[in-house]
Amino acid sequence: MPSVDGLNRRMTISQSAPQAATAAVHAVGLTKRYGRVTAVGGIDLTVQPGEVVAFLGPNGAGKTTTIDMLLGLAKPDAGSVQVYGQSPRSAIAHGLVSAVMQTGGLLEDITVRETVQLTASLFPNSRPADEVLKRAGILDIGDRNVKKCSGGQKQRLRFAMALLSDPGLLILDEPTTGMDVEGRRDFWNAIREDAKSGRTVIFATHYLEEADAYADRIILVRRGRIVADGTAAAIKNLASGRTIRASLPNADEAALRAIVGVNSVEVRQDSVLVRAGDSDAVARYLLTQTSAKDVEITSHNLEDAFLALTSDDAAADSADSADDTAELSEPIRSNA
Amino acid sequence: MSTIATSAERLTRSTPPLGGFNLTFLAIEFRRRLRNRRTLAFTVVMPVALFLLVGLPLKDTPLTSQSIADGGLSVAAYILISMAVYGAMVASTSAGGAVAVERATGWSRQLRLTPLNPVAYIATKVVSSLVLGLLAVVATFAAGLIAGVQMPVQVWILSGLVAWLGSLVFTALGLFIGYLVPTENVMQFLGPILAVLALFGGLFTPLDQFPQVIQDIARWTPVYGLGEIARAPLTGADFDMLAVVNIVVWLAIFALGAALAFRRDTKRV
Repeated sequence: MPSVDGLNRRMTISQSAPQAATAAVHAVGLTKRYGRVTAVGGIDLTVQPGEVVAFLGPNGAGKTTTIDMLLGLAKPDAGSVQVYGQSPRSAIAHGLVSAVMQTGGLLEDITVRETVQLTASLFPNSRPADEVLKRAGILDIGDRNVKKCSGGQKQRLRFAMALLSDPGLLILDEPTTGMDVEGRRDFWNAIREDAKSGRTVIFATHYLEEADAYADRIILVRRGRIVADGTAAAIKNLASGRTIRASLPNADEAALRAIVGVNSVEVRQDSVLVRAGDSDAVARYLLTQTSAKDVEITSHNLEDAFLALTSDDAAADSADSADDTAELSEPIRSNA
Repeated sequence: MSTIATSAERLTRSTPPLGGFNLTFLAIEFRRRLRNRRTLAFTVVMPVALFLLVGLPLKDTPLTSQSIADGGLSVAAYILISMAVYGAMVASTSAGGAVAVERATGWSRQLRLTPLNPVAYIATKVVSSLVLGLLAVVATFAAGLIAGVQMPVQVWILSGLVAWLGSLVFTALGLFIGYLVPTENVMQFLGPILAVLALFGGLFTPLDQFPQVIQDIARWTPVYGLGEIARAPLTGADFDMLAVVNIVVWLAIFALGAALAFRRDTKRV
């Protein structure tokens, strides 16, 4: 049911898509390097108001760095980002975007309510402290010292603080890290309840289930790049496909891509690797119209696909090919 | 849910006046200082205790050749003013140095997710340091008053004002160090440094009791000018212009250092 809901949402959204100026997030070629390490290597991203987007990828994929740039906490080395048509800093100053960050960021020597009151005082118009405490499910511990709060309670406090400005866009960076299963479910229910009001939500996670259960759209990131972008259903389609591997020198990449149901093609020196929904069509083509040998067909589940798309093994696997992410460089668009 | 703003409404929002500087923020900031027992111990308890231990026994010892019976001043008054200066400078340094803790814990990063302007943040620290410094001066003087120290009214006022406002030099020092080193407890190593500076500033013992070499060096240290000027209303002696230069130069050095360290900090994020 979330996917049906998400699908509807996306359809209405794509009709108004050309108005890029009012996009919640519009990023072009976002790049960030730390010394010789490229943390984010050219991310293009447009998020329309009302979307709930998951940034899914393993640790170190560049999720946090990307979020830092969306929030103006890090300056991109190249590219640009606009939040509601403004600079991130301006969007924050106008209360258009808020965020729940991974760790730290709380004063230990004041109470939960004081933390919220302090934050509220910095916004010209903010929701009442008790209202956001209630919505974050921590009204009962308002008088507790922050120092005495559990990890989950602190995270809910950060969520409450993020709700104060009633922002159009809420960004969450790995919000459930360190929570137990129940805490995680409660937290997501609160977020979900909140998103019903039409708030745009972008959250980073390395939990596949979280992305699947709570996002309309999933963006897979690996090594600072977007490797797939689509609805949860589209990502599942990708996952439900099969991989066809064959020994074939000088494969015709264009011809392979033209086959219906082909998701991605990776041409290596003497072999070719194709991911497709319809593996039979690819196999038929390879065996009848090329000199391909050793044709191998393997099926994958969602987990495999995720790992294949995002793990470092995948990178090492294709490191010898000319384009590091050839197989994945074409993002899969759900409404393409 | 009907109270939630529409996206069109949101886009008409304004930024806060004064960059986010406000009384709620200030009140919570000040409450935090008061809740810190260590801060209170060093800014209020210690100067008062030092006065009671060292100054009070000398209440009947005349400061000048004029005897106390003839309306002369007592050494206790001299020490009282010194302790007020000491309390205020420790208070200001710790209030300014609080930025170190907030940087170390990531709170300053959290604040960057709010409209709060960094200058308004620093202004809040400065005002809270002034309030804490005032508390230190008032507490010390109250102890002196209750203990029966006699000073002309204008001396209470003028010396108190100098001790209080002069402590801004140390607010700047606190901010400077606070932006320079990310540490959970900046006062742990600033405390002993302040004690040495106070000694060189003649707050614990009159400088003329030190060897000449120490006296010559002491004139260039940051507490010297403040101590001289704060005690001037009492002793009636004209203070050296060097004392004024001393305060102005050290304030400039610390403020500039704080500004540079602050800029480096906000650039790095």
